[in-house]
Amino acid sequence: MIHSLFLINASGDIFLEKHWKSVVSRSVCDYFFEAQERATEPENVPPVIPTPHHYLISVLRHRIYFVAVIQSEVPPLFVIEFLHRVVDTFQDYFGVCTEAAIKDNVVVVYELLEEMLDNGFPLATESNILKELIKPPTILRTMVNTITGSTNVGEQLPTGQLSVVPWRRTGVKYTNNEAYFDVVEEIDAIIDKSGSTITAEIQGVIDACVKLTGMPDLTLSFMNPRLLDDVSFHPCVRFKRWEAERILSFIPPDGNFRLLSYHVSSQNLVAIPVYIKHNITFREGSSQGRFDLTLGPKQTMGKAVESVLVSSQLPRGVLNANLNPTQGTYTFDPVTKAGRTPAEVGSRSAGSDAPPARLAHTAREVERLKVNRLDMYGEKYKPFKGIKYMTKAGKFQRDDLVCITGVSTLTYETVTLEPSSIITFTSAGPN
Amino acid sequence: MSANSAFNDEKGGSSSVGEPEYGHDPASGGIFSSDYKRHDDLKEMLDSNKDSLKLEAMKRIVAMIARGKNTSDLFPAVVKNVACKNIEVKKLVYVYLVRYAEEQQDLALLSISTFQRGLKDPNQLIRASALRVLSSIRVTIIVPIMMLAIKEAASDMSPYVRKTAAHAIPKLYSLDPEQKDQLIEVIEKLLADKTTLVAGSVVMAFEEVCPERIDLIHKNYRKLCNLLIDVEEWGQVVIINMLTRYARTQFLNPNMNESLLEEGSDKTFYGSDEDEEEEEEEEEEKDKKAEAPAMAKRKPYVMDPDHRLLLRNTKPLLQSRNAAVVMAVAQLYFHLAPKAEVGVIAKALVRLLRSHSEVQYVVLQNVATMSIKRRGMFEPYLKSFYIRSTDPTQIKVLKLEVLTNLANETNISTILREFQTYIKSMDKDFVAATIQAIGRCATNIGEVRDTCLNGLVQLLSNRDELVVAESVVVIKKLLQMQPEKHSDIIKHMAKLTDNIQVPMARASILWLIGEYCEHVPKIAPDVLRKMAKSFTNEEDIVKLQIINLAAKLYLTNSKQTKLLTQYVLNLAKYDQNYDIRDRARFIRQLIVPTEKSGALSKYAKKLFLALKPAPVLESPFKDRDHFQLGSLSHLLNAKAGGYQELPDWPEAAPDPSVRNVEVPEWTKCSSREKRKEKKVEKPFYSDSEGESGPTESADSESDSASSSESGSGIEESGSGSESEESEEGSESEEEEEEEKEKDKKKKKKELKKPVQESESEQSSEEERKHERKSKQRKSESESESDEEEESESESSQSESEDSESEAEVKKKKKAAESKPSSKPVKKDNKKEKKEMSLLDLDDFEPAPSPQATPVNAFLSNSLATDLEGLSLSDAVLSPATISPSSALKSYEMLHRITGEGLSVEYCFSRQPFSPDANMVAVQMQFTNNATSDTKNLHMEDVKLQSGMRVKEFPEIELLPAGEMVTAVMGIDFCDSTQAANFQLCTHTRKFFVSIQPPVGELMRPIFLTENEFKKEQEKLLLGQLMGMNEITEKLTLDVKCRNEHSIVQRVTTAANLSRVPCGSDKECSPPVPPPDHPVHRFAGRTVTSSSLVLVTVATKEEGAAKLTINCEKMVIGTMLVKDILLALTQ
Repeated sequence: MIHSLFLINASGDIFLEKHWKSVVSRSVCDYFFEAQERATEPENVPPVIPTPHHYLISVLRHRIYFVAVIQSEVPPLFVIEFLHRVVDTFQDYFGVCTEAAIKDNVVVVYELLEEMLDNGFPLATESNILKELIKPPTILRTMVNTITGSTNVGEQLPTGQLSVVPWRRTGVKYTNNEAYFDVVEEIDAIIDKSGSTITAEIQGVIDACVKLTGMPDLTLSFMNPRLLDDVSFHPCVRFKRWEAERILSFIPPDGNFRLLSYHVSSQNLVAIPVYIKHNITFREGSSQGRFDLTLGPKQTMGKAVESVLVSSQLPRGVLNANLNPTQGTYTFDPVTKAGRTPAEVGSRSAGSDAPPARLAHTAREVERLKVNRLDMYGEKYKPFKGIKYMTKAGKFQRDDLVCITGVSTLTYETVTLEPSSIITFTSAGPN
Repeated sequence: MSANSAFNDEKGGSSSVGEPEYGHDPASGGIFSSDYKRHDDLKEMLDSNKDSLKLEAMKRIVAMIARGKNTSDLFPAVVKNVACKNIEVKKLVYVYLVRYAEEQQDLALLSISTFQRGLKDPNQLIRASALRVLSSIRVTIIVPIMMLAIKEAASDMSPYVRKTAAHAIPKLYSLDPEQKDQLIEVIEKLLADKTTLVAGSVVMAFEEVCPERIDLIHKNYRKLCNLLIDVEEWGQVVIINMLTRYARTQFLNPNMNESLLEEGSDKTFYGSDEDEEEEEEEEEEKDKKAEAPAMAKRKPYVMDPDHRLLLRNTKPLLQSRNAAVVMAVAQLYFHLAPKAEVGVIAKALVRLLRSHSEVQYVVLQNVATMSIKRRGMFEPYLKSFYIRSTDPTQIKVLKLEVLTNLANETNISTILREFQTYIKSMDKDFVAATIQAIGRCATNIGEVRDTCLNGLVQLLSNRDELVVAESVVVIKKLLQMQPEKHSDIIKHMAKLTDNIQVPMARASILWLIGEYCEHVPKIAPDVLRKMAKSFTNEEDIVKLQIINLAAKLYLTNSKQTKLLTQYVLNLAKYDQNYDIRDRARFIRQLIVPTEKSGALSKYAKKLFLALKPAPVLESPFKDRDHFQLGSLSHLLNAKAGGYQELPDWPEAAPDPSVRNVEVPEWTKCSSREKRKEKKVEKPFYSDSEGESGPTESADSESDSASSSESGSGIEESGSGSESEESEEGSESEEEEEEEKEKDKKKKKKELKKPVQESESEQSSEEERKHERKSKQRKSESESESDEEEESESESSQSESEDSESEAEVKKKKKAAESKPSSKPVKKDNKKEKKEMSLLDLDDFEPAPSPQATPVNAFLSNSLATDLEGLSLSDAVLSPATISPSSALKSYEMLHRITGEGLSVEYCFSRQPFSPDANMVAVQMQFTNNATSDTKNLHMEDVKLQSGMRVKEFPEIELLPAGEMVTAVMGIDFCDSTQAANFQLCTHTRKFFVSIQPPVGELMRPIFLTENEFKKEQEKLLLGQLMGMNEITEKLTLDVKCRNEHSIVQRVTTAANLSRVPCGSDKECSPPVPPPDHPVHRFAGRTVTSSSLVLVTVATKEEGAAKLTINCEKMVIGTMLVKDILLALTQ
């Protein structure tokens, strides 16, 4: 299965290698670098690269490439999914998964990788088992370790591996027993140039943070479980019970985990809480142009649309742009040519060019998933329960702006600010 | 490796030899000036006595390994610490050892003894980790040691160690392939393992070592299917992929009839007009559906129940959070499921599109392949494949591919509108791909061809040259289909030659003009003139097309173009490229008539102006599905190393009985009763038909089924035996042997008996026998489905034990029912055990069946004679075992007053609840004390604790005033004493009621001999990792309860346990307790989790006694202690 793993940073240095079978020379990564050069964007590197003797399967997370070397047939998703699990574990352990964090904790990383794979086949990937084996480094623990000479490696044997509920370790104790659930929904939408929605779908997750003593057995029921017709569960959820009664019954893992994720498809019409209009003009005889984008809330039944963020990718040819939002602030990154204007409520115009406009907001008109009640069995104490609802924008994009036609031949140089809170830009191209 | 070379290696080829890069390597510390001593500080630290120093050194070494630096010169210093006490040091040493052992084989041997010691450790985790490291050391000399260790570990008591053994198999195999045969033996053994922990790992080993030995799977197929949902996710992927291959070799194609139809329809398909083909295809699809049943009648296809089992058990995994699992199930369905059922995977695959882009990439590749074969499946999700400008290019291109595959006349307008948007994108590769996609839509869907063409022509005036060039290429392909209609487009394109610079596009235009020069007779020569002028500056492919154009014009319009052609050919003659020179020479010979020119020049016109077939624009994903979907080979469209071909469906189904698991008892029995078997056979199978394939029985016809069913019948009964083949098979082996002996004896007597017995009795006995068989099968199939339902059920083993004990309860019940007539039957538990195999009657209604009495009468007779030969140690024992059934304690559920006349009492009938073995049967007695009738008595709004389940009693339609009715419901209490709350509804009122079980009802009795009892007790005590399993209480027995009989009775009343006979097997039980202080033992299993419950009451002088309860479930244990204590002391 997985032979070796190489971690490569954005500048193309291999900063960590781990072999589970015999050693594979790091020169195998040259094929990866070749493919990387061919790809224009970092995310365009093909996930699977065949080389004469090996296959390289890579994922890109946090600007680090995780390149797995395999030698024979294996389902590619198996490797990809595993690599993502590795990243998630690192994130779980170190808070962030950056090159610096990995380098700082290289020993822990190595110990983790050693436990996660045996001879290239996943062994322990549940974060609770791993935490039993290797304790995550915290400042306090580092200090204690230096003083007392104790270690990060768990003294106890990892009995979790043997239990029927491998995701939960035994002997958990808390003074405050709490269970929090965040129901987060994201709307993805594509809007066409006339402003009508082409597709909109909702992607929801329930993230949980459960800190309960002992072996609690939780059940979670919903007011409107019919919304959940396309769901994927954490392995702890008893599937049969869900099938029969539409109740989530589970022994939760300790700490943070994603209980379920669901998807409400575009068939159910999702109303978008904002409208968006645009206008683009080019000045005759000059290389300047002006691009107006108007964004306003629709009827939201009194709910405010908060933290609206408009981000727009300008064509490469744009040299500079000046943005002038009616509300909020803006940034312009001359490298990526992305303009952003976060603002609070109401109508605003933000400038920039080209399609993707991302919006984040916290209100929507469609029915959302509601939790009915949460019960706990198997333990005597009364836990504190909390549920939070959030709606976020996912990939929300304005599609099909008129201006794009031929825009790549223009060069935008200067941008003038106008009091009308409309963004103008001048173009210096031949048109 | 010497230190010197190590150093050089470490420098990673840097040119400055001799100048150590201390700055890069904190581990070296930069203290030592000499390269050779650079690791001395580490060595010193490793040699020190302090763990902290060792740890520090190891950390630095591991950090160096991580960066790919060579530290092999430290090997001796590190290996010394392999037996270090500090766990972290030890672990890091392991890391180091595994990394470098291959290079330092001799030194690595020093560490072996440490691991060998570890293999014998009483702690399973230490054994496992020792095996893991030992097998990871790639040193050929230790192969025999590894082999031995693996073999030993494969039969270890702990499943975790066995799992590690499974992991070690491929390691050893890659080290020494010679060991294959021996390893296969181990794999075979481990495949038979019944724990979920082992299943995934051993299948992985199977795939690596002997994927061709598909025959090893037969016996384990059903078990793997049933365990699948509880296996960890990575194991699931491996098992599902393997089972896909297995199923392809063992079952028939479920779409057989359809593929036949398709062949038939293909003819009309090709014959039909192009424009109509799509429509027709659609219609045909419908036709096929309509025709399918008709076809099925002609040639019935019955899905193998095992095939169905696989499909059913994998389906829930579509909701896994792991994309690899979802994909594995999706490919299984794609390759194995009947066409009508494949649709379920679409939703799950579309959900994966929200995942990381790498996941999307792989999923889209597979969706692209699937969407060619089964377009309808993804059509509802069309919009999910719409492209977002934030997608990486490779994702965009793949989505485009899927959209193109999904296009048909109904949705083409929407798709084209989308495509128009995409053309405006800034991503040029993507735009080019979009134009190609439009071209493909146009060729595939006749109706929109003109629209597409017009759209593409409009694109010719696009400002972006790339767009124009791509459009030209696509237009060229489209025009080839109907050139005569579109001469204006050709003219338009001719004009473009002035502007377009992209060679491919220029070449395409020239080819078009040459090919259709008759449609543009005036323009063509002019184009050639311009081209001749710029010939020398053109790219090679353009030059070739210029020559082509010249040749074609010369043949059609030689008057105007003769000179031009010669000029072009002359230029080409001296071109740098030999292709062009060759072409020019070749064409000159062909078209210009000279004396030497052969006969070919006559045919020049035919050669050049032949009608060329229009190109077919095909998806690059066409026919990729001959690779197993989801595999690496499919992704690369090339066979990867180690890829196992997905076999074609077999023509005729291989023998399904190979999946049967043999049961010694059964075969013995059948051989003995061959004669009887035959008589029994027919009703046996026909009877069982309904059970064997619940899903298929509908489409299977009874007459054809009987033949196919006979096979499945055998196999079902085989699987029945699987349940009996419990983990402790070896222990019960002798037992069985003994029983067999007795069975034989009994048989003999039976053979004699019938002479005395009436004829009817014999027939009833036979009937009973056959019924027993079918019942056995029934219960088996139930237990199978149970398992599926109960995701927590640990293994099929427990299940089988359930059914065993269930059988026992039943048997006891039977015995109880026939009590007056057949006292001797209950004399001996041994006897009962044997009886069990015969009397596995499993009635659905709690009331005794009318058949039961004569049967038991008969049995008792035969047994009575049988028993005479046996010495019984205590005759009082058995009645006590039975007594609780007569003294059932009933509880009040609804009082007459609160129930407004309706009163309900319930009791735990201690009978197995046949619809679900994991449920406790609760018998309820409804009494209507009111003056009016009560109607529609049913339950509603069941409120349960998690994990608990209820099987409701059937609605009682009418309960007349003053009448009494009993009903039975099943509750799975999940081994807890939590109450089950529900509402009891009549046609007028609702009552809140609850049922709370005493702990003693949460178990069912099992039969154990004294020896087995002791063994189990020991086992429970040994496995103390799981917590304290033993609870002991001292007590003083109640005065009335000092004799054996009353003790037994009180205990069995308090808890549903069975008495373990003592002294019956004296030869094996070492110390027989003194008769004045007897020890009483009782055994049972909890209903849901099948944990053993062992109760021992050791009596002492003066009524003092010691009560010991062994149970894995501590809570149950403690509660039971209280209950029994109470029962004994009162």
